[in-house]
Amino acid sequence: MELPLNFLPAHKLNKMLQERQVSATDIVSALLSAIDKVEAKMNAYLRVEKEGMLKSAADFDSGFNSGQDNILSGFSGIPVAIKDNICTKGITTTCASRILSNYIPVYDATVIRRLKNAGYILTGKANMDEFAMGSSNENSYFGPVKNPWDLERVPGGSSGGPAATVAAGTAICSLGSDTGGSIRQPASLCGVVGLKPTYGLVSRYGLIAFASSLDQIGPFSRDVEDSASLLNIICGWDEQDSTSISSVKNGSLDYTKYLVDDMKGLKIGVPKELMAAEVDDEVRAAVNRALKLAEDAGAFIGEISLPSLEYALSVYYIIAPSEASSNLSRFDGVRYGYRNRDAATLRGMYKKSRAQGFGPEVKRRIMIGTYSLSAGYYDAYYEKAQRVRTLINNDFNRAFKKYDVLISPTSPSTAFKIGEKADDPLKMYMSDICTIPVNLSGLPAISIPAGLSSQRLPIGLQIIADTLREDNIFRVAYTLEKAIGFNSHPINLYE
Amino acid sequence: MSFISKDDVRHVAKLAELEFDDSEMEKMTSQLDRILGHVAKISQVDTSNVEPTSHMLNISNVYREDLKKQSLSSKEALSNAPEERDGGFLVPKID
Amino acid sequence: MEKENSTKKDSGASGESAGSGYETDIGLETHVELSTQTKMFCGCGLSFGAEPNSLTCPVCLGHPGSLPVINGKAIRYAIKAALALNCRINEYTVFHRKNYFYPDMPKNYQISQYDLPIGSEGYLDVDMGGYVRRIGITRVHLEEDTGKLIHTGSTGRISESAASIVDFNRAGTPLIEIVTEPDIKSPSEAKEYMINLRNLLLYLDISDCSMEEGSLRCDANVSVRLSGTDKMGTKTEIKNLNSFRFLQRGLEYEVLRQVDLLKSGQKVIQQTRHYDNITDSTKALRTKEEAHDYRYFPEPDLVPMYLDEKQVSSIRAEIPELPDAKAKRYSRQFGLSVYDARFLSFERKYAAYFEECMTGYGNAKTVANWLMGDFSALLNKEGRNIGESRITPKNLVKMLEMIDSGKISSKIAKSVFEEMFYSGKDPGSIISKRGLEQISDESQLEAVIDSVILQNPGPVEQLRSGKEKAIGFLVGQVMASTKGKANPKLVNEIILKKIK
Repeated sequence: MELPLNFLPAHKLNKMLQERQVSATDIVSALLSAIDKVEAKMNAYLRVEKEGMLKSAADFDSGFNSGQDNILSGFSGIPVAIKDNICTKGITTTCASRILSNYIPVYDATVIRRLKNAGYILTGKANMDEFAMGSSNENSYFGPVKNPWDLERVPGGSSGGPAATVAAGTAICSLGSDTGGSIRQPASLCGVVGLKPTYGLVSRYGLIAFASSLDQIGPFSRDVEDSASLLNIICGWDEQDSTSISSVKNGSLDYTKYLVDDMKGLKIGVPKELMAAEVDDEVRAAVNRALKLAEDAGAFIGEISLPSLEYALSVYYIIAPSEASSNLSRFDGVRYGYRNRDAATLRGMYKKSRAQGFGPEVKRRIMIGTYSLSAGYYDAYYEKAQRVRTLINNDFNRAFKKYDVLISPTSPSTAFKIGEKADDPLKMYMSDICTIPVNLSGLPAISIPAGLSSQRLPIGLQIIADTLREDNIFRVAYTLEKAIGFNSHPINLYE
Repeated sequence: MSFISKDDVRHVAKLAELEFDDSEMEKMTSQLDRILGHVAKISQVDTSNVEPTSHMLNISNVYREDLKKQSLSSKEALSNAPEERDGGFLVPKID
Repeated sequence: MEKENSTKKDSGASGESAGSGYETDIGLETHVELSTQTKMFCGCGLSFGAEPNSLTCPVCLGHPGSLPVINGKAIRYAIKAALALNCRINEYTVFHRKNYFYPDMPKNYQISQYDLPIGSEGYLDVDMGGYVRRIGITRVHLEEDTGKLIHTGSTGRISESAASIVDFNRAGTPLIEIVTEPDIKSPSEAKEYMINLRNLLLYLDISDCSMEEGSLRCDANVSVRLSGTDKMGTKTEIKNLNSFRFLQRGLEYEVLRQVDLLKSGQKVIQQTRHYDNITDSTKALRTKEEAHDYRYFPEPDLVPMYLDEKQVSSIRAEIPELPDAKAKRYSRQFGLSVYDARFLSFERKYAAYFEECMTGYGNAKTVANWLMGDFSALLNKEGRNIGESRITPKNLVKMLEMIDSGKISSKIAKSVFEEMFYSGKDPGSIISKRGLEQISDESQLEAVIDSVILQNPGPVEQLRSGKEKAIGFLVGQVMASTKGKANPKLVNEIILKKIK
């Protein structure tokens, strides 16, 4: 069965555009038609830029037809969805929160500027967990996102929207953000490819901050090749982000050259702690199958223990909320966003605007963070967590002396039911147990589909590499992707 | 063993400029207590030989030149203002 | 343990007594707005009086997704200040977030420095006339300024307004904060410290240092204790001391207030107080003081700074000769008294003016006298500073040479000087236009003197009979007759010759 346009990867569409087999308007129309059919069921978009899409496509087509070379990159004329915590100038950007429900940025995030320069088409702003805090996209002020594979289940979070749109064929690719697994885990639950680049490789300027030392923007795509192409466009030093890596200049790297179907001699480590009891049997089995394929392809597999990973969740749930509690202080109703009008005084306005503007999970994390930083607790919580973080870092450094990449499940389970974990924050936090350690060390990691469970729910495989070793990521991901041959789509969605 | 009391929660809420009604306060206290109880296990770890990781990267000395860039117009600056007056952001009585 | 606090003469070194048996401990916190082109963490320009919110951007407005980037020049300026204040430069230094909510704060945290400031453990020596007070500098650090608040209502006072308006033009301006140890022992020492500090900073050319415009701000921490005891008293923080005079007066009031409280058996409450220059008193800002919990943590959006010796040395080399060293050199090189040397070296522009005069002229004392006397007087009268003066050093020197050569008398010179001040003309053209050359031709003088002697037999007789003072009158008459142009020395000699 030939896939419809809205399910093709960007690199195929790019070729078709160049060869005039399709026009940008064809692609956009296919997407809009898909959106019409299924978006209401999923709630993956907060805004669809229908007019914008059609106009951009029309402009692209007329330019291309009149001989201009509009193909500036692999993403020229390609529709991409953007998570709603990335600032798009003139287009409402809400972080799925009431407190920013009317916020219109006066500037574009650096990644958006770069995508614009590459000729992309914006499909719309994708739904997410409020302020990127969540693992199920149930924390959105604008309602949860449903997993396209099973509408009673969560798509994962916090980038539930971006993952779902790509899985469902309502976007070709998307951009999300990852602080503790927020790209990889939804990618895993939705059966798509999700990459978290090395910390500092992609500019955070214009990404509405959750945890500054952990956040990274990254691509969702149908295959590894698109992931590499999209990374090419958005990566590289940005003078507006002091934490961006200066040795990588935007436009100077081509990650697609690492898309080589070859793993001979590659050393793969499997962290014992990430294959532990919490992981579902079917998930573990899928990962083991993939490891066998890797071995067949000539890779060497070994088990390694990273004992400090036991504390990763605790470290994360101190550091991330601490930084977040400070980053979210700016939401006070003074310069932008929601303001409560009943309060007669300033402090009242602050409290009411924030109490009414933030959802419960956000408030919980602000409280934990404020507490961890407060006088008398800083040493025992925040500083202690930063020390344990060093231990986790050291464990990874040790692992990468021995191995080229580490492989684990992305998520301990497949998509769970909506509401299943919503009342128990701790239970929800455990969803990120495989992904969190990676952010704490600033490492790159990708999730690729490893198969479907017996309930026809996607299982994700995580590949972790050393700092700035996206070459290893892409090489392993590309080879395994071919070997696994995952080619399923949530077709039930369209019935 | 309790990791956080209601008084602590009230104090922290004040620092964070948040407010909770009685039932929210109950719920928040018990949830925070559980979470803090869980994360507090890092106290068991021996960290006497390591420094805190305060910065992820091996980068230092990132500066910009003292050169002017285009500012926003005052119209743009005020474009999202919930309330403005005389070209500035209006806030209620400072208490 | 005795603090080594004064390095020179001892009288007054223990500090003025605060009043019957109490001693004062004052620490000052000074904020200095740097004169960089752009803000601390973004490329917005700095300018005063601009239309509200016209010098802002997503960074200094605290918009979601914005990130700070350090202004390298501000770092250099801060290092300069720290070096000039004899601080140890910390090789590893970072920015921290200081978290608190206030409407003039775009992010509700201020990017500042906490336990790893740029400079620490320095000092500034303040000459109090009879002794020198060495004031310890605890720290020199960098931070960003807040926006400005205007309170609505007729008084503009926060307590009497129903609303406030925020302008973020100033938000993000680079500030250096300089904190002293509580080594200042009197309000007058505090004032002298500020004057000295301001001067030093002007020498470094890193700020306009205007207390009126707010580019130099000062808060004080004050406490008193029984004379002879070591334990410091409860301190209060005094704000709104926005001139040298108000600083001194505000502290004087507060010291007395605290002493009165303690004497009447009451306690000093730790609080923030506001100086009101109209009533010349301090008032508590809040009845209940809540200690801030700033929840400092290292700024994760910025990376640390390593200030290596090479960089610090290159900045040190940029520091000009500072007032103290300059004064010593003036005494040594030009033979000036300590007082004169200090006066001339105090302000950078003054010193530059003096030094330029000395490139073309040999008598430092003469130049000093004119600068410290007539020149200062006119500058003060017209409210100008020496940089704005119309008299070029070259012209001043020309005038001095004319006095030396007898071309004009020193009395006439005063009037020439004044015209030079207002018109900017050179002395030569003024003298020739007004015909002010001194008359030294003896035959010309004799004619006038003869006439005066004839017309004033009385004083002549007095002089003959030994009343030396009478010559003054006669010389005066000759001067009046020649419109001040007669060479007074010669006139004196000739009269004496004729009469005796």
